[in-house]
Amino acid sequence: MRAQRYLPIALVTGGLALLPLVVTSNFLLNFLILTLLFALLGQAWNILGGFAGQFSFGHAVFFGSGAYATATLQIHLGVNPWVAMVLALAVGGLVGAMIGALSFRFRLRGSYFALITLAFAEVFRIIAHTADFTGGGSGILIPLDLRPANLQFEDKAGFYYLVLALTAGSLVITRALQDSRLGAWMLAIRENEDSARALGIDSFRVKLVAITLSGAMAAAAGVFYAQYFLYLDPGIAYGVGYSVEALLVPIIGGMGTVFGPLIGSFVLHGVDEATRGLTGDAPGLNLALYGALLIVMLRFLPAGLMGLAAQVKGIGHQRRTRQAHRLKEAGDA
Amino acid sequence: MLEARQVSKRFGGLLAVDGVNLDVAEGTIVSLIGPNGAGKTTLFTVLAGFQTPDEGTVRFAGRDITGLPAHAVCRLGMVRTFQVVQPFGRLSVRENIAVGAHLRHPSRAAALDRAEAVARRVGMAAMLDQPATSLTVAGRKRLELARALATEPRLLLLDEVMAGLNPAEIDEIVPVIRAIRDGGITILLIEHVMRAVMSLSDHTYVLNQGRIIADGPPRAVAADPAVVEAYLGHGAAARMQAAEAAHA
Repeated sequence: MRAQRYLPIALVTGGLALLPLVVTSNFLLNFLILTLLFALLGQAWNILGGFAGQFSFGHAVFFGSGAYATATLQIHLGVNPWVAMVLALAVGGLVGAMIGALSFRFRLRGSYFALITLAFAEVFRIIAHTADFTGGGSGILIPLDLRPANLQFEDKAGFYYLVLALTAGSLVITRALQDSRLGAWMLAIRENEDSARALGIDSFRVKLVAITLSGAMAAAAGVFYAQYFLYLDPGIAYGVGYSVEALLVPIIGGMGTVFGPLIGSFVLHGVDEATRGLTGDAPGLNLALYGALLIVMLRFLPAGLMGLAAQVKGIGHQRRTRQAHRLKEAGDA
Repeated sequence: MLEARQVSKRFGGLLAVDGVNLDVAEGTIVSLIGPNGAGKTTLFTVLAGFQTPDEGTVRFAGRDITGLPAHAVCRLGMVRTFQVVQPFGRLSVRENIAVGAHLRHPSRAAALDRAEAVARRVGMAAMLDQPATSLTVAGRKRLELARALATEPRLLLLDEVMAGLNPAEIDEIVPVIRAIRDGGITILLIEHVMRAVMSLSDHTYVLNQGRIIADGPPRAVAADPAVVEAYLGHGAAARMQAAEAAHA
């Protein structure tokens, strides 16, 4: 039973792992890599937003901190990139815990929490702009050294497997969360925090764990970004773009589900690529499209595409039971 | 089991709870009645740790719990329900109850099993897989009760679990509450349905304008002129007595 719960993840990961064997176009591989990257970032948001119900509008703060942590550790301290990745996850978690401790202690909820996360992302962007060790506004360059020991790969397939492994890890963590007391507590807080507290849930602590986990996971996405592009600047790492992507992907796919972010990322970036021909490179036009998508989703499919799938399944189930009833009645008569 | 001493809670200029002394003995059902706005729910929120009293102390099971946060109070074994039901809407009945059960059962499987057992106890076994939002008012009140029970409390604070129920539904829930007490859980309840208060409680407190104006066995309290006046207005008790005398 328990292993069975992880079967879909194994199948999906296995299927995705086979793709590089058939996909040789660099363009397509690049598309898949970025899609998985945003699925990972979206999963991070999903844990805090979809499970614990705390909507962040500043997940770039974790993404950027992970990216900068791994870059600066490598460049200034000569830390091995694999080790730096682990440390960067800890940095992301720490930033999460700090923001969480400050905002949850003062009972910030809903849009106030969203605003404070947005503000933190901006503050971090400005700090990255002015500090020396981040390279300031001109950014930071990770030296090219294409060796797996260096967390850099000669062909795109190597990067693809790395991001796939990270994404698969995030799926497993989310599934484990779904089957655990911690996950049940998060959902309870999302649904009704007062009730949750009345039932003995330390809501401050649970939300703190959620944002720490979410921060570390988003930092993993940042680490991958840094290794893949080998360049960061404050506008990229802490820009509003990643904050928007992080929340859009799970909202489209289905908040509080395991596969929602992955599906959402494929749909969002599929649409994005498909319409790129239409919008040309007009700056901001794809953001307008994202906005429109967000409104449509929240208006008509608040449970996301996973919710739609559940509905279709439910209707099928109802139809089958009704049919069975009819057959039974016919048999009785 | 529960002792409140000189508990006061002030909101701005309003003294919502004013020097309340209240005792709940183990194994009993104690009721708290009083007109609307008397401060009953406020007293509950203070007892259960949702608000800190401005004055006074609350002791539970021999421990001073004044100012302890709600989740810690629950962990010690005192749990409250809400007058305005607060279900976890998008979760099923089973998952709702399991949230309560998780307090003492870390494993998901154990909590879900417990949820089923508790649901049977309050007559919700048939609704286990329904989403909480699909329940009727009576169903939601039961769910509120079930979730609280699932935390395996020693003392249960019930805030108007019968409000909004029809007489048939009330007749169904009264024996459920009695069975909970017989199962060893002490109960303090706020209730407006006097029929239920009379038949259930061992002891009744009457709260009016934040103060306890009477307490004792329910029948004696209901006949207390001060209580009648609190509900029906000044002079009502005298008028009623006069009317009864005229009849006789």
